[in-house]
Amino acid sequence: MSDVEIKTLTMNFGPQHPAAHGVLRLVVEMDGEIVERCDPHIGLLHRGTEKLIEYKSYLQAVPYFDRLDYVSPMCQEHAYALAVEKLLGITVPERGQYIRVLFAEITRILNHLLNVTTFAMDTGALTPPLWGFEQRELLMEYYEQVSGSRMHAAYFRPGGVHQDLPDGMLDSMDGWIKQFRPVLKDIEDLLNDNRIFRQRTVDIGVVSREQALDWAFSGPLIRASGIPWDLRKSQPYDVYDRMDFDIPVGKTGDCFARYLVRVEEMYQSVRIMEQCIEALRKVGGPVRVDDRKISPPRRGEMKDSMEALIHHFKLYTEGYKVPAGETYTAVEAPKGEFGVYLVSDGTNKPYRCKIRAPGFPHLQALEMMTKGHQLADMSANIGSLDIVFGEIDR
Amino acid sequence: MDQGLKELGDHIVQQTAGAVTVCHVRLGELMLECSSDKLLALLVFLRDDPKCLFKQLIDICGVDWPERAKRFDVVYNLLSLVNNQRIRIKVATDESTPVPSAAPVFNAASWFERETYDLYGVWFSDHPDLRRILTDYGFEGHPLRKDFPLTGFVELRWDDVQKRVVYEPVKLAQEFRRFDFLSPWEGARQALPGDEKAQEKTGAN
Repeated sequence: MSDVEIKTLTMNFGPQHPAAHGVLRLVVEMDGEIVERCDPHIGLLHRGTEKLIEYKSYLQAVPYFDRLDYVSPMCQEHAYALAVEKLLGITVPERGQYIRVLFAEITRILNHLLNVTTFAMDTGALTPPLWGFEQRELLMEYYEQVSGSRMHAAYFRPGGVHQDLPDGMLDSMDGWIKQFRPVLKDIEDLLNDNRIFRQRTVDIGVVSREQALDWAFSGPLIRASGIPWDLRKSQPYDVYDRMDFDIPVGKTGDCFARYLVRVEEMYQSVRIMEQCIEALRKVGGPVRVDDRKISPPRRGEMKDSMEALIHHFKLYTEGYKVPAGETYTAVEAPKGEFGVYLVSDGTNKPYRCKIRAPGFPHLQALEMMTKGHQLADMSANIGSLDIVFGEIDR
Repeated sequence: MDQGLKELGDHIVQQTAGAVTVCHVRLGELMLECSSDKLLALLVFLRDDPKCLFKQLIDICGVDWPERAKRFDVVYNLLSLVNNQRIRIKVATDESTPVPSAAPVFNAASWFERETYDLYGVWFSDHPDLRRILTDYGFEGHPLRKDFPLTGFVELRWDDVQKRVVYEPVKLAQEFRRFDFLSPWEGARQALPGDEKAQEKTGAN
């Protein structure tokens, strides 16, 4: 018997590749069509966000959070705002909390719509993105109405939200919800029993419960592996403890389970939106703390109050000082646990602001998930991980 | 909540026999300090002890305190899903002393440690693959250190003659402006002329 020469092929994937969801470079070692090793090279979108934040006042740091995971901006502002509020020791007025939860759920739908549909595109279906993006556009109009910006909103600020909802928005949202459920059902009809989609996702990239814990999975990924864990339930922030919603849990931990969990989460998010809209019709009052040393005065007030003018000037140049201390505050962002580890030294700038992005450990586990699979399954795995390079590279 | 955390902290201090040097609860968060040689044993204890069960390593990051002899803090954030609790462990180190890698205890540690090494230059011993992760290929320095300038040292541009990207030292048209906001609102420390009465008043208090 002659010796068989085994030759692995080293292949470069990316940094620009439609299935890489951004600028991901993978160095893949393959035996034929089977992936033996895959080494992600990240950092191609590294912008030094954490360093920049150390040189900005607390308020100026907010917009950087929109630019991390640019498909779920408001949830990240939420984590940062909660961290600063914890250090300042302030509580947001009730109406502000409801608005935040409402927009956090809109953000979740925005994110899952993008992920579910582009995941379908990675596995060969083009129609879901076309349908899903139309809905995303409608939701981004709500972003625009409250903040003036479709994506980079800078709407959640430490102390509340920047401004109240415009008139008629709640009614308009009611209308949107009514038409959204059938659309989501249509997208499900396209994919759930689709033979190609199932063949590409079922039993691909299976992650067990132990692996999910060991690799620091969170969000839809840990739930798809069968662990009922959601920070909105277990460590509720703002008014999530008053919301009635269910946590979908997957059974198999494969790509298909992750898809199903995300779809069901969208239905649950719609439920939370409805409850928030209901509550916002009743709950009035301010949308951010009424402390002039933290939240700036209204434009109208500045026209006839010298005091307000001074506060405005001081807050937008110097900013406020945050008492020395440190906190790790996390929220359930659409992709998983998004945390901010904030260290304050008592000045007007954060001493250290570590951003714990959910995608970072998720991408780390790609090699574990993909080993022994075919190359085509790797793009299914990447799609089901829901990675966005803005947050991974920071 | 705080009471429960305090009890948990006391339990950990007792059971680990001197590994934990400082243990306190602030802002509802439990924080431990530990020496680097006992870190791994502590992490294993926290992961496996039935009262702790911190099965998830959420995050590892560095913090730079240049005025200290051991200038870096390596901060570990752990999460227990069963007990719904978080814990934070800090280990102090300097530029040359390595911290034992947590990768044998938690698989998730590998990239977080690579990131800490990349951004702060903290060494991790027995790490399976300690390479840079976020910065550019061939990058020099550790950008999140406090003595690393915000603008960095090199900038790059496309050179149309050489048909490739070239790296050059940073040239700023205007110097980076950093305003000192610390002084005026704290009030002047020295007594202003004619303000001796205020001085007396604070002295009486």
